[in-house]
Amino acid sequence: MDSDEDERVPFSRRPEWSDVNPVPQDDGPNPVVAIAYKDDFRETMDYFRAIYQSDERSPRALQLTTETIRMNPGNYTVWHFRRLVLEEINADLHEELDFVAHVAEGNPKNYQIWHHRRWVSEKLGTKAASVELQFTKKILALDAKNYHAWSHRLWVLETLGGWEDELEYCDKLLEDDIFNNSAWNQRYFIMTRSPVLGGLQAVRDSEVSYTVKAILSNPPNESPWRYLRGLYKGDHKLLVTDTKVSSLCLEVLKIDPNCVFALSLLLDLLCYGFEPSGEFTSLIGGLKHSSGDTLDAKFANTICCVLERVDPMRANYWAWRRSKLPTEVY
Amino acid sequence: MEPSGAPRLTATQQEQLRVEQRVFDTYRVLSDVSPHTQSLILELWRDKHMEFLTRGLRLLGPSYHVLDANRPWICYWILQSIALLEETVDLQLENDIVDFLYRCQDTDGGYGGGPGQLAHLATTYAAVNSLITLGGEKALSSINREKMHAFLLRMKHPSGAFRMHEAGEMDVRACYTAVSVASILNILDAELVQNVGDYILSCQTFEGGIAGEPGSEAHGGYTFCGLAAMILINRVELLDLPALLDWVAFRQGVECGFQGRVNKLVDGCYSFWQGGALLLLQRLSLSVEEQLKVSYFGREKEMRSGHDSATSNLHEGERPDAGLRPGRELSNIKLNDIGFSFLEGETACGPLFHSIALQQYILLCSQVLEGGFKDKPGKHRDFYHTCYCLSGLSVCQYCRSEDFGESPPPSGILGPYANLLEPIHPLFNVVLDRYYEAHSFFTGPS
Repeated sequence: MDSDEDERVPFSRRPEWSDVNPVPQDDGPNPVVAIAYKDDFRETMDYFRAIYQSDERSPRALQLTTETIRMNPGNYTVWHFRRLVLEEINADLHEELDFVAHVAEGNPKNYQIWHHRRWVSEKLGTKAASVELQFTKKILALDAKNYHAWSHRLWVLETLGGWEDELEYCDKLLEDDIFNNSAWNQRYFIMTRSPVLGGLQAVRDSEVSYTVKAILSNPPNESPWRYLRGLYKGDHKLLVTDTKVSSLCLEVLKIDPNCVFALSLLLDLLCYGFEPSGEFTSLIGGLKHSSGDTLDAKFANTICCVLERVDPMRANYWAWRRSKLPTEVY
Repeated sequence: MEPSGAPRLTATQQEQLRVEQRVFDTYRVLSDVSPHTQSLILELWRDKHMEFLTRGLRLLGPSYHVLDANRPWICYWILQSIALLEETVDLQLENDIVDFLYRCQDTDGGYGGGPGQLAHLATTYAAVNSLITLGGEKALSSINREKMHAFLLRMKHPSGAFRMHEAGEMDVRACYTAVSVASILNILDAELVQNVGDYILSCQTFEGGIAGEPGSEAHGGYTFCGLAAMILINRVELLDLPALLDWVAFRQGVECGFQGRVNKLVDGCYSFWQGGALLLLQRLSLSVEEQLKVSYFGREKEMRSGHDSATSNLHEGERPDAGLRPGRELSNIKLNDIGFSFLEGETACGPLFHSIALQQYILLCSQVLEGGFKDKPGKHRDFYHTCYCLSGLSVCQYCRSEDFGESPPPSGILGPYANLLEPIHPLFNVVLDRYYEAHSFFTGPS
């Protein structure tokens, strides 16, 4: 329980506020979407409006915003005013981080909290990096896909640094849950942006091996399939010529000929100019047989037909793709 | 008991299985009953929804205090839902809403979350769309467009993106709400548009979808916002459209509804964010196709270099090649006309998603029989999900029409034909006839 709320004394009975005239909300004579505020909420907001309008940037104003934010952490006007007050009275920003952490506990998915946190840590500079990484880690331990927490973490890394242990952390999250797409996204961010690593080209080979392993352990997991394509972003030629990619498709399709992700990657490979040979030929034969496609049909056409059948939710998409196949495709 | 040695399911798999179970249980009921009962189950409970919606328009319980800085949103979610249901609010209430939103309007332009609150782009979007949805001289003329333009400019950051409010956060949502409002009010200009396209482009991720900020994860809400904003500023062809289409198309899952991100749970609100994005891409299919062809057989490099030189020496807002559909003469296109011209012409292809399946999810898994809609079975209804489930339902129903707003074939409607909602303008998410009214009001002689 929040002890502040238990022992709350109305502002009207606090001597230090006796000089302030509360300002009621101007909702007009016939309010709409009117919220049946509880008395303490209404009163706190009335005092906030008074202080906000008089632009009083004082310690008591800070205390008032604390109470207001606790009641409704989504009120961006209050947060904004709080920042003005913090600057004016030169408040201890480390204490401010504790306050934000406290509010975030109950409301981890609120834009204002994270924006405020960014503002504070920007002021604190690089020394805030480890605290911020620790803080987001704590939030992500409760919800490993919290969008705001991830965005904050990215911002911290890019702005304040702290890359050293990031890959290890990411590895651990993927070990816990290989389906965690946010962690895959973070992995891509690390590979492309970390100054500790040498960029996408330098890590590509080892990352492809890592991803192939992840896919083979769980072919229906979409995340590593998208990550794999990401490793070749902007270079379709390399995607086509790197035999690791086509072999992966082949290997997966030998186990599960209906694997949508393998089929769709193979379709793209063909469209980008991949020329199937060897084992692919027998795979083609099998697919043609199962799809009822004619023997002289193009392989890409057959794959679309199979996809239309095994992936009915996207039948329209695959049919559209089939109608747009290049003439020179296999 | 699990056999020993079998891999333990991860948190993502467990949650997914739990939801699938509940959804499939719901669908099983449908397959077990007679066609007549099926039709009943698939009915849109209009009266119940209206009851839920109109009550909220006047008074909300104390627990709504958490939305005290979002009251124009509550107006929009409810008014848009009512408009989709082809209903109206009585004149007194209409006047009161106009009056309330006027009190939320900042004297320096834009709208805040309540009277006296700082102007905010999201609540500005909600207030403007609410007033357009109400329609009429009083509502439309209550918007101070000159001040609005000044407010939007004040929110603009040198990177091209917009801030949500004074010194507030910056993201793709802010870009969309700013561009949408400016476009519909006929005040979009080169200054507002400058570098917005580059910023949004920097948010398209390796997955294909669009993130809130550069580097973040591709997400349904931001993907709609980014795509719609790019169309409205005539920069959509900067995006990798085939990758975008592929990513969005893959977000419709076995539950029949859409998820917001890869390996996340289905949620009724993405019926609009993802379904709407697919409707936009359907209209853009010739542009997607164009890019697709260029990507085939490694021709992308030629295209890219040609593309860059074609755009480098053009004036803002006058890019002649960035047509909504290739082959159409769009030189001298005016920025503010894009929203209107988007509706013209025929669609070159059919729906790119399973619109009947999505209707099934919305009607059976999201619809609450007491009125309103929810995220998924096991959750509670709210106005946000009601607005975006209904908007998504309208998208599904009309995606087979060749022209915007044309009555769709019965085969496109799941359940009784009386389920048919009003069509929307998918770039702004306001009902089509209200859009037309606003368009002629704001473009007509002043």
